Amino acid sequence: MRLIRMVRATLRNGTLALAGVLLATGSVFAQEPIRIGSFLSVTGPAALLGDPEQKTLEMLVERINTEGGVLGRKLQLVAYDDGADAEKARTFAKRLIDQDKVDAIVGGTTTGTTMAVVPMVEAAGTPFISLAGGVGIVDPVKKWVFKTPHTDRMACEKIFADMQGRKMSKVALISGAGGFDKSMRAECLKVAPKYGIEVVADETYGASDTDMTAQLTKIRASSAQAVLNAGFGQTPAIVTRNYRQVGLTLPLYQSHGVASMEYVKLSGPAAEGVRLPAAVLLVPELLPDNDPQKPVVTAYKRDYEARFKSDVSTFGGHAYDGLMLIVNAIKRAGSTDKAKVRDALEATKGYIGTAGVVNMSPNDHMGLDPSAFVMLEVKNGTWSLVK
Amino acid sequence: MGGQWLQYVASGLTAGAIYALVALGFSIIFNASRAINFAQGEFVMIGGMTAVTLVGIGLPLALAVALAVLAAVAVGLLLEKLAIEPARKADTVTLIIITIGAALLLRGLAQLVWDKRVHSLPAFSGDAPLHFIGATVLPQSLWVLGGAALAVAGLSWFFGRTLFGKAMLATSYNPLAAQLVGINTRTVLFVSFGLAAGLGALGGVLIAPIAFTSYDSGIMLGLKGFAAAMLGGLGSFGGAVLGGLLLGLAEGLGAGFVSSAYKDAIAFVIILAVLFFMPGGLLGARRSDRV
Repeated sequence: MRLIRMVRATLRNGTLALAGVLLATGSVFAQEPIRIGSFLSVTGPAALLGDPEQKTLEMLVERINTEGGVLGRKLQLVAYDDGADAEKARTFAKRLIDQDKVDAIVGGTTTGTTMAVVPMVEAAGTPFISLAGGVGIVDPVKKWVFKTPHTDRMACEKIFADMQGRKMSKVALISGAGGFDKSMRAECLKVAPKYGIEVVADETYGASDTDMTAQLTKIRASSAQAVLNAGFGQTPAIVTRNYRQVGLTLPLYQSHGVASMEYVKLSGPAAEGVRLPAAVLLVPELLPDNDPQKPVVTAYKRDYEARFKSDVSTFGGHAYDGLMLIVNAIKRAGSTDKAKVRDALEATKGYIGTAGVVNMSPNDHMGLDPSAFVMLEVKNGTWSLVK
Repeated sequence: MGGQWLQYVASGLTAGAIYALVALGFSIIFNASRAINFAQGEFVMIGGMTAVTLVGIGLPLALAVALAVLAAVAVGLLLEKLAIEPARKADTVTLIIITIGAALLLRGLAQLVWDKRVHSLPAFSGDAPLHFIGATVLPQSLWVLGGAALAVAGLSWFFGRTLFGKAMLATSYNPLAAQLVGINTRTVLFVSFGLAAGLGALGGVLIAPIAFTSYDSGIMLGLKGFAAAMLGGLGSFGGAVLGGLLLGLAEGLGAGFVSSAYKDAIAFVIILAVLFFMPGGLLGARRSDRV
């Protein structure tokens, strides 16, 4: 009898246990992680951008998970390195959508890799936040595509407004042959008349040039009152050095494409007095205490620099904003349903990020205005705010 | 106008001197093995990056430069010992493919050992430009030209006056005959890699203050050096120097008077033109029927 009772009890407990297991599986099922896909140019010519982006995503996902995740679920990052190759970016985006079945994508270091992927995410209906600068990504607006960085057009406007304030009207343009440079040059030429600016010289250089004294010698002979270098990567540092070498003393403006301490270090003393538009992330300590962005950028800069022992850059900031926008949208949507997340993304209002305050709308999938930029000037080997 | 001309010539010659050093490396290895060493550009990068690192940890510049060149020589010798020598009996195409693989490996290792950033070396004697007749030249340009000239002088002494240098020349003319008179052609090949790596690294160190250096800066310099070697005649030392300077001048003047967007194209157009019309190059004595 005792034996039978025992068997019965065991069975009953077993059933309970089984039910428990089933319940547990059920809740494990609900605990399935939220999958964030990413393709970044961690190696290759855009590594300077992709590397901090990848590091930022990893750091942020880890932090969100230790703080309890999103909607009670962990985040899982699925990241690939496209080496700035648009064809590879397409392959990886396809894998993210078809095999990894990610809930959203944050990635696309360059405008080229982003644009290669746009048709695919549009067809699949996956929310996608690009980390690239080109204005073409969100203009015209695409249903599933958003972006975090400022556009080149905004940079031109900021620079020209500064020149206008200094009563300068004749500008020499020097730009590289890369995608960013070309796009920015075109945007600058387009908006120049709005600020009463006349472009009196328009020089270009190759992507891997190591000497721009020829172009700058030509600019020296023009009637320009200021020089704008629409450039990106290491070459603007060479332009800056050559600029002083050929004895030019006109004010030199750079783009936000070089907004990192690395540019200042590479250019050395030649960078003194150079002005450029940038996100406040570079200079949190210069912000007034009541600035809403101050706590966000201070914390991110501190965390990043403590963990990776390298200077924070705006590129990592774009990745930070991208992931936070998605996370906030998922929270507001209350699910990872793609259509709901997309709608929530589009309804983002007053998100305070590293790039500025983001207010999205159905016809603005970037949500930044020119106030997100500040004008910086290099003084004594570091940044200072231009009043 | 005169100032502009001079400016273009000055910047062209500076770049040309570096191309010449890289081209010399190509020719030395070609002479010893009949193979083209596509890792030549990587030696340039290793020189530049090592110097930056050594200066970064506080070594005096002169010592850093010397050690950087030695480091590249060590890498060159290792490369020969580990990758080229075991495949000595293989045909030229195999050797060339091995060097391409080695170039990829070295570039990948550089990404790991260093980083993907762009680095700059302090100029050897200041950044204050020197002015003459409307042109401005950086003191570093003079270092580049002087350094290259010294290297060329040293090489011509080595090949013309020392027994081992003559042995290397003999090997390049006829490996079999050289072996028959007792020259160890294996050692010749070994030393060739060290020499080529050292020349490349010297170029890398000299140009780093002007053009910066990064893990992938060897690709373009390697290709330009190859173009220069082809232009001058592969295997000819005088040709390598002439080819390098001509290529640099063509680029400098092209950038000044046409557009520097086509600067890189100039080098490749020159390669194609030479291959079509003058397969032996300007000073190449032999007709080469190999790759």
